[in-house]
Amino acid sequence: MNMPKRRVSTSAPRSGRRSANSAERWELRLYVAGQTPRSLAAFANLKQICESHLAGKYHIDVIDLVKNPQLARGDQIVAIPTLVRRLPPPLSKIIGDLSNTERVLVGLQLRARR
Amino acid sequence: MSTKTQHTPRSAVRGLPKCPTGIRGLDEITGGGLPRGRPTLVCGAAGCGKTLLAMQFLVRGAADYHEPGVFMAFEETADELAKNVASLGFDLPALIRRKQLCVDYVHVERSEIEETGEYDLEGLFIRLGHAIDSIGAKRVVLDTVESLFAALPNALILRAELRRLFRWLKDKGVTVIITAEQGNGTLTRHDLEEYVSDCVVRLDHRVTDLVSTRRLRIIKYRGSVHGTNEYPFLIDEAGLFVLPITSLDLQHPASTERISTGIAQLDTMLGGRGYFRGSTVLVSGTAGTGKSSLAAHFVDAACRRGERCLYFAFEESLHQITRNMRSIGLNLQPWLRKGRLHFYAARPTLGGLEQHLAAMGKMIDTFRPHVVVLDPITNFVSVGEVADVKSMLMRLVDALKRQQITTLFTSLTAADSALERTAVGISSLMDTWLSLSTIELNGERNRGLYIIKSRGMAHSNQIREFLITDHGIELLDVNLGPGGVLTGSARLAQATHDRGEAVVRQQEVERRRHDVERKHAALDAQIAVLRAEYEREADEVQDSVAELQQREQRTQLDRAEMTRQRKADKAPAVRPTPRVQAKRGHP
Repeated sequence: MNMPKRRVSTSAPRSGRRSANSAERWELRLYVAGQTPRSLAAFANLKQICESHLAGKYHIDVIDLVKNPQLARGDQIVAIPTLVRRLPPPLSKIIGDLSNTERVLVGLQLRARR
Repeated sequence: MSTKTQHTPRSAVRGLPKCPTGIRGLDEITGGGLPRGRPTLVCGAAGCGKTLLAMQFLVRGAADYHEPGVFMAFEETADELAKNVASLGFDLPALIRRKQLCVDYVHVERSEIEETGEYDLEGLFIRLGHAIDSIGAKRVVLDTVESLFAALPNALILRAELRRLFRWLKDKGVTVIITAEQGNGTLTRHDLEEYVSDCVVRLDHRVTDLVSTRRLRIIKYRGSVHGTNEYPFLIDEAGLFVLPITSLDLQHPASTERISTGIAQLDTMLGGRGYFRGSTVLVSGTAGTGKSSLAAHFVDAACRRGERCLYFAFEESLHQITRNMRSIGLNLQPWLRKGRLHFYAARPTLGGLEQHLAAMGKMIDTFRPHVVVLDPITNFVSVGEVADVKSMLMRLVDALKRQQITTLFTSLTAADSALERTAVGISSLMDTWLSLSTIELNGERNRGLYIIKSRGMAHSNQIREFLITDHGIELLDVNLGPGGVLTGSARLAQATHDRGEAVVRQQEVERRRHDVERKHAALDAQIAVLRAEYEREADEVQDSVAELQQREQRTQLDRAEMTRQRKADKAPAVRPTPRVQAKRGHP
């Protein structure tokens, strides 16, 4: 599997069919440091979760800190990989390789915390 | 701030390179600074000055050693930090503009974070690496990295990553300070000392008897000799200041230069030339014996020589002292104006012993005086234990002697205690000890001064009475009466008495001289009479001898005439009788 260059958008409009909360756009950022197995796994996991839960209304920025180290400050990145939900508010962060789908959904507040 | 002093890293020659902190005192006890290129752990309880020490390390590094630094803050934002240290004269924004400093605020909000799967702290590494590379930093501070333990749920990962971080920093060759909170019974709450093993410094903020004292101790310094004591330190308007007062050796130079005590007669008592420069002088005495006045004379004399004096007053305010000294004819005002004299007046109870020590050390360091007065040291006993006071003074004395500063301590002796026993028992630290006492006699109290000891010089053994007059202290000549030293009116009475006796003695002498003269005259007269008598007698003898001779001659002439008339035989020739020669001699 290949990492996308920088910006992945799967929010291609699908012929007029929009869900009720389609106005809600999901802006996600995935911070990685180089193409490590962990980063690749995180991206794959994220892609899969988004496709099954946020199909058509999400947008993922992948930021490689090795290339752009100055960007780490803005979102207060410490751990790698970190997924940041920038929109919709509130801001939340999920660290790790996103292997636990259940917890990712909780972290993205797509599912209530039990 | 005089932090431009270049500390020579002594042990750098032998091996371990050191990174000078620029914090006064700390470089001395570490023998040149922190281990260069290695992490140092600074731990201590909340509010003990860890962040400040770390920040000062960076600021001084940038300002004095051209070593840019990165401050990674986990607890305060860059703005908050800048504000907090602005009062200490650190201009962080300016340093940041000049690319000498980089502040990165790392904030991890626990509530915002969900953890899922494996992760590492590469983000932190990248941020730190980026900050270091962007300004070419040689120094790094992580303040307080262990707050990550609260933010990130997986301690196992965190520990492994911190270990990797310190290793990585070592490989980068930067000198690092890592601050950590003190744990319960452990050095740090999260046992960071396990990872940082090169140098561990502990800061401490203790309150004993309502008095707070900050102390610093080097717990560990791998590969280097270091001072092992607890050193007091102070945080004031110029930052952190450690007082490394316990000198490691007794090697201070001993000057042979002598300086005046300010009182000519006292100079005379001290072998004619006063105290040794760089010596310690103790003036002990009961209340009101003139200790401060003696000190003021010394200060005045030093200022007259153009030297700088630092006067620590622990009982009176500056104005009170100058007013009082003016009343005895000492005007200290011009010296204050010219900046030769500097006063520091504070109650000893204001802070702890160590704080005082640190404050004094700092003032001495900045003002660089030739003469220091501590008036009085006894008041410190109200702050600390006698043993503590003694150790504090010992350290102070060592520091002063090393700098060849002449110091005068005054000490109040309780009226009912022995004169020789000063309250803090510090006499062994003193080179010269003057004792002032009141001599009670005939319903009066008068002041007496004597030298108990004065190392390295011949000194007077007399008790001198001294007067505090409107033109200063005067030592009077000793009047030893039949009952010992006389003072006050007894001395005056004795003096009057002595004067009376002297007059009588003088008259007696005169009388005797007259006697002698008279006798001489009488003798002369007698001699004259005798001589006259003798001369008269001698004349008489001569007259009668002449008469006898004439008579004899005539008798012979008569006999010859008779013979001629009788026409007898030819008469024998007339033989004159031997003439008696009258001798005139002197009586």
